[in-house]
Amino acid sequence: MTTALFYLFSIFLLGSALFVVLNRHPVYSVVMLVFSFANLAGIYFLLEAYFIGILQVLVYAGAIMVLFLFVVMLLNVSPERPRARWVPLDRWWFGAVALVFVISLGALLVRGVGQLPSARSEVPDGFGGITQIAEALFSRYLLPFETAALLLTVALVGTVFLAKRKI
Amino acid sequence: MVAPLQHIIAVAGLLFSIGVLGVLFRRNAIIVFMSIEIMLNAVNLAFVAFSRYHGNIDGQVFVFFSMTLAAAEVAVGLAIMVALFRNLKTTDISKISSLKY
Amino acid sequence: MADTLYLLVLFPFIGFLVNGLGGRWLSGKQSGLVASLAVAGSFLIGAQLFLGLLARPEDNRRLVQTLFTWLPVGELNIHVTYVFDPLAAIMVLVITGVGLLIHIYSIGYMRDDPGIRRYFAYLNLFTFMMLNLVLSDSLVLLFMGWEGVGLCSYLLIGFWFSDAAKARAGMKAFVVNRIGDAGFLIAMIMIFDRFGTLSMADISWLAPGAGIDTTFITTVTLLMFVGAVGKSAQVPLYVWLPDAMAGPTPVSALIHAATMVTAGVYLVARNSALFALAPITMGIIAAIGTITALLAAIIAITQTDIKKVLAYSTISQLGYMFIALGVGAFSAAIFHLMTHAFFKALLFLGAGSVIHGMGDEQDLRKMGRLRQLMPTTFMTMTIGALAIAGLPGLAGFFSKDEILWSAFNSSGGISWIWLVGLATAGLTAFYMARMLFLTFFGERRWAEGVKPHESPSVMTVPLIILAFLSIVGGYAGVPEALGGHNALHHFLAPLMATFQASGEASQAANHPLELLLMLLSTGVVLVAAYYAYRFFVQQPGLPETAAGKFPQLYRLSNRRFYVDEIYALLIIRPFRALADLLWKWIDVRIIDNLVNLAGRTTERLGGALRLMQSGLIQHYASLLLLGVVFILLAVAMG
Repeated sequence: MTTALFYLFSIFLLGSALFVVLNRHPVYSVVMLVFSFANLAGIYFLLEAYFIGILQVLVYAGAIMVLFLFVVMLLNVSPERPRARWVPLDRWWFGAVALVFVISLGALLVRGVGQLPSARSEVPDGFGGITQIAEALFSRYLLPFETAALLLTVALVGTVFLAKRKI
Repeated sequence: MVAPLQHIIAVAGLLFSIGVLGVLFRRNAIIVFMSIEIMLNAVNLAFVAFSRYHGNIDGQVFVFFSMTLAAAEVAVGLAIMVALFRNLKTTDISKISSLKY
Repeated sequence: MADTLYLLVLFPFIGFLVNGLGGRWLSGKQSGLVASLAVAGSFLIGAQLFLGLLARPEDNRRLVQTLFTWLPVGELNIHVTYVFDPLAAIMVLVITGVGLLIHIYSIGYMRDDPGIRRYFAYLNLFTFMMLNLVLSDSLVLLFMGWEGVGLCSYLLIGFWFSDAAKARAGMKAFVVNRIGDAGFLIAMIMIFDRFGTLSMADISWLAPGAGIDTTFITTVTLLMFVGAVGKSAQVPLYVWLPDAMAGPTPVSALIHAATMVTAGVYLVARNSALFALAPITMGIIAAIGTITALLAAIIAITQTDIKKVLAYSTISQLGYMFIALGVGAFSAAIFHLMTHAFFKALLFLGAGSVIHGMGDEQDLRKMGRLRQLMPTTFMTMTIGALAIAGLPGLAGFFSKDEILWSAFNSSGGISWIWLVGLATAGLTAFYMARMLFLTFFGERRWAEGVKPHESPSVMTVPLIILAFLSIVGGYAGVPEALGGHNALHHFLAPLMATFQASGEASQAANHPLELLLMLLSTGVVLVAAYYAYRFFVQQPGLPETAAGKFPQLYRLSNRRFYVDEIYALLIIRPFRALADLLWKWIDVRIIDNLVNLAGRTTERLGGALRLMQSGLIQHYASLLLLGVVFILLAVAMG
């Protein structure tokens, strides 16, 4: 039952992500992105990463996407029209690079991850719960945690500065 | 585990590739930005999958930091975009190329 | 007691810093005072240490102070170690004592020069370097001092650098010295390679040990001697010293007569243990000394510039010292070094006083009859001239006769070294008398408007002190034949090696013969002086007649045997031609074009690569992705 659910979520995830990329209208894209992130959160729950799943809903599907939506509305972006003129060779160049990338990524998956033995089926109680993450975060990862706080502060200041009317 | 590791990583890889396509081919800066978010999430998914696979919580802590970073990045990035739009009246990145030879 | 050793070198260095960095806030007089006080401090410390040294038993006269490790490189550990032993003591007293007098004299001599602070800074730096040279135990530190005094010499010769000729003279001194220094440096490397140490005390101790082959010792000592030849202005590298007279006269007195040029003598004496093992080198040293002594004396006879006379006289006297070294009479060389420092400094300062009083006139032909106008200068210079000529009772007599006696003894009888030495003594008396007579006697020949006057007491007092020293300096080494007991010789003896054919070995033996030889040399000196009197006072026309009779000989001497011209022809011209070739062909045509090629290639390449900077972010992203592809492939393949 959960396995079936995983594949369902995966299909929704990939489908909506593809929609985000292919759609011409930014507002639809944002909405589909929210949907894809929600599916991702579902996959997180299935993988027993409950805290991360909740964060995914709160931070990504919630905060970040609202920010995107605001900007789209603020700038009143119109739907993207097809390119009037491609820079010569660009289309083929980008396509070739993307293709090579996908192939090499696939090779890595087959050669690397494909060789791994099957997973241990059980994890201890409370795995992925808030207690365990908090323990790791405030002991071994205390310094990176504090640094992250600093990063957020810097980002805050930077954003305020950049968004001012005159720079 | 809910599904074989290989399948989950394959999903992550596909998601990342979709993000790459968006970054390379879309001209709307906001959508390019969203594609970057998709790529970030693909990586997060791989982290969580491996975390579950090894039964090790460190991967999830990493995702936590990655989300922090994404939040900061989005805030700054969107601010840049607003400033850019204010000055150039466009978000089409194929028209923004004044920093060239 | 050895604790105060470092103060010896510290004082002049402080003086150098004060004058060099803070000179702009000092008046010329204050600057001179600072410099003199610094040297005076060193002199007092040196004198105190010297007295302490005398109080010790004869076999324990050695004070050592290690300050810090200067260069620790692998097995090579160079310590800044100062050693104060009898030899260093004499050198230190000469350097600081005579140096102090010259510093004081300079206050008067350089009074009106705008560069006086720079002058005193250089002078202090010189003293610092010279003290390092004589106090150091390590050859490396000695070499630093060696190069340091060379640098100061260069700076002071070209002190009035706005005059191109003077700047060139400084350059010439520097370049010629470099030839010698190269020899010294190679010798140092060979010594380290063989002995594994550069401490001279260790080397002296190790050298006589078994297993050191003669070829090695001969090569090393010869190379060291090449260094000495450069620094001490011996044939064939003496050509820089006459030109060095372009510097201020006190500088000529301090550096180019009393101290720096004697560094070569000091080097040989300090390493006497090495040299005593190399008879071939000793023979060459004696030969070079002899040739130099005679050649320079002959040239000195016809020079018309008062400072040039003294310069050639210095070269000749240095040749004398090398004769002493070459026959193994190391302490006699040091003895002559000391007395020479007194009377030659005196003569130079006296000449400076004359030049000063004549309004910067150096030509002997435009002087004359200055006796009454400059009584103090006249009296003191006369004493100096008598001392250098070797009049019995004055300093030069004792040291010169010790050298002659050693030379006589070394070959067990009349040898050409001794004969030439005797002849040089006569020539010395002749040209010194000539200089005196032309300056102070005869008719007045100076130009209208020149008002010769005696120098101020700040200049004459050092002259008087030096004159006093020129009289009594010799009594440090009265030979046993005259009832003395040669104190200096015994003072230095523990440091000096015995050379197999040494002239000193049998010295005690034949007192009557030694007395006879003294009488002989005195006779030669008196005869020479008499002839000078006849030539330059009684019959002023005689020199020209004589010159007319032997025109080639006169021209040869007057033109300094054309040595400079020969060097120019044989060395400098080909060198220039080669340099021209390298410049106009190799450099301009090949090297420059290669450089241009590199530049142009970079420019073109940059022009092409520049196009990658399209400003379109997706181009950058695609290239970034390509990089990721490479990483992925590397991981997947590995």
